[in-house]
Amino acid sequence: MTDSDYPTRAADVVAEATMFDDWMDRYGWLIDQARSLPPMDPALKTDAAQVRGCQSRVWMHATPVGETLTLEADADAEIPKGIAALLVRVLSGLPAREIASADLAFLDEIGLREHLSPKRATGLDKMVERIRTLAAGA
Amino acid sequence: MTTTTTPYDVAAVRADVPILSRTVHGKPLVYLDHAATSQKPRAVIERITRYYEEENANVHRGVHTLSQEATDAFEEARRAVQRFLGAASDREIVFTRGATEAINLVARSFGEAFVRAGDEIVVSELEHHANVVPWQLLAARTGAVVRVLPMTDAGELDLDALPGLLTERTRLVAVTHTSNALGTVTPLRTIIDAAHAAGACVLVDGAQAAPHAPVDVQAIGADFLAVAGHKMGGPTGIGVLWGREDLLEAMPPFLGGGDMIDRVRLPEGTTFNVLPHKFEAGTPHVAGAVGLHAAVDYLDGLGMENVAAHEADVVGYAVERLSAVDGLRLVGTPRRRAGAVSFLLDGVHPYDTGTVLDRLGIAVRTGHHCAQPIMERLGVPGTVRASFGFYSSRDDVDALVEGLATVQRLFS
Repeated sequence: MTDSDYPTRAADVVAEATMFDDWMDRYGWLIDQARSLPPMDPALKTDAAQVRGCQSRVWMHATPVGETLTLEADADAEIPKGIAALLVRVLSGLPAREIASADLAFLDEIGLREHLSPKRATGLDKMVERIRTLAAGA
Repeated sequence: MTTTTTPYDVAAVRADVPILSRTVHGKPLVYLDHAATSQKPRAVIERITRYYEEENANVHRGVHTLSQEATDAFEEARRAVQRFLGAASDREIVFTRGATEAINLVARSFGEAFVRAGDEIVVSELEHHANVVPWQLLAARTGAVVRVLPMTDAGELDLDALPGLLTERTRLVAVTHTSNALGTVTPLRTIIDAAHAAGACVLVDGAQAAPHAPVDVQAIGADFLAVAGHKMGGPTGIGVLWGREDLLEAMPPFLGGGDMIDRVRLPEGTTFNVLPHKFEAGTPHVAGAVGLHAAVDYLDGLGMENVAAHEADVVGYAVERLSAVDGLRLVGTPRRRAGAVSFLLDGVHPYDTGTVLDRLGIAVRTGHHCAQPIMERLGVPGTVRASFGFYSSRDDVDALVEGLATVQRLFS
């Protein structure tokens, strides 16, 4: 996961997602992403790690490794977990400053932006906000 | 206005509600979120437009023609609501922003008049947050105590607990007519009789009652009833508090401002307007009131008995079909139900269910439905809720059941 930069990883995800034209298939792919997310250490699933404002429970944690951050995430619903998995896949292991400045436009390109609008009950914008906060604080 | 013959002509009713003909994600809209807000008949939309195009003015104080016409329309709306709710007098009909404000008004003004430290307020476990939090705030202000009328696993109120909760210190019982989260219709008669026997008043949250069946405040026999206009075909921002006149008279104003006064003096000595204006400070939502008037006229045209019978058929059909879905668990199995069915799919988070149904054009609500104590009591994080109204049909139920099969396939 540390052998490429953000643009390359994001492009890989977009290429994969856009193979599925039908939204059902794309959701199926997203669910597969959720199911392939490495399990989060239960000890890290603290109140502090919980992303507020989501209708489902979502946790995000960042561990500094040198200049980079290792991200871990989990959620109790599959669609938010799939999106969390994409964020981990695209960002984990990158330098903190690269994570903080990533535009995350790939989420638009794969049709997930609707989940990120501020009022959306998922609060997935909060997930992104949380990652940026973690990265900025590292 | 639609004139329906028996049987209920739901196709004609649906044709009266413009939004039902739109699509969502390329699919025909299946609107099953009536309990959050109802869709509006064309007659309501057109009435609001006509108000702004032809009658708009501030009410009650102008001598000019428009102001008098607007005042007439506003007060006519009050009388229409009075008739719709079976109230004895239009002095008992207070316009509010919604059911939430109606309950807050009572918590504030009844509380100020009648509730002291050590007094008790009984709140049922089945309540929407709007009928919980105002009483907690009242308790915090006064030193009164909130006591809880519990619910059962089936989502009904546990009446066995009621006698033990009613004491000589009980000032008010706050209870819903129909649960927004589970659809439970509560046994109001028993609760109200017991509360009155103990000397307590009763506030009924009627937000989920008035859209679904005839509501007659005199027959119900409570002391206060709160209604939300937007859940019964009317616009948002308008609601109604019905209150017994002698109690409203004895209560101090809720908000201060224009229209609620008789005479204002400085630095003190202000006197207040008569009922119901005493409780209506500031410029009221006139367009909302005339829109609500159109909504109750529309529902009267259908006949609330007919609406109730039609919805009982659709909701009964929903319970029957959902119960037959493998891997689906109903949350709340009350004997008397109106308007809503809550459920969970095994192994699928409500949020995921709602997201995928949305893609299929089906609007349901997911989450705690502003009733976290119910979710906590039943040990679920939330539910999927399908809720129904006068324009709902068996076809909506079929679409939902088909959509749930898609959800189950996707998350299997």
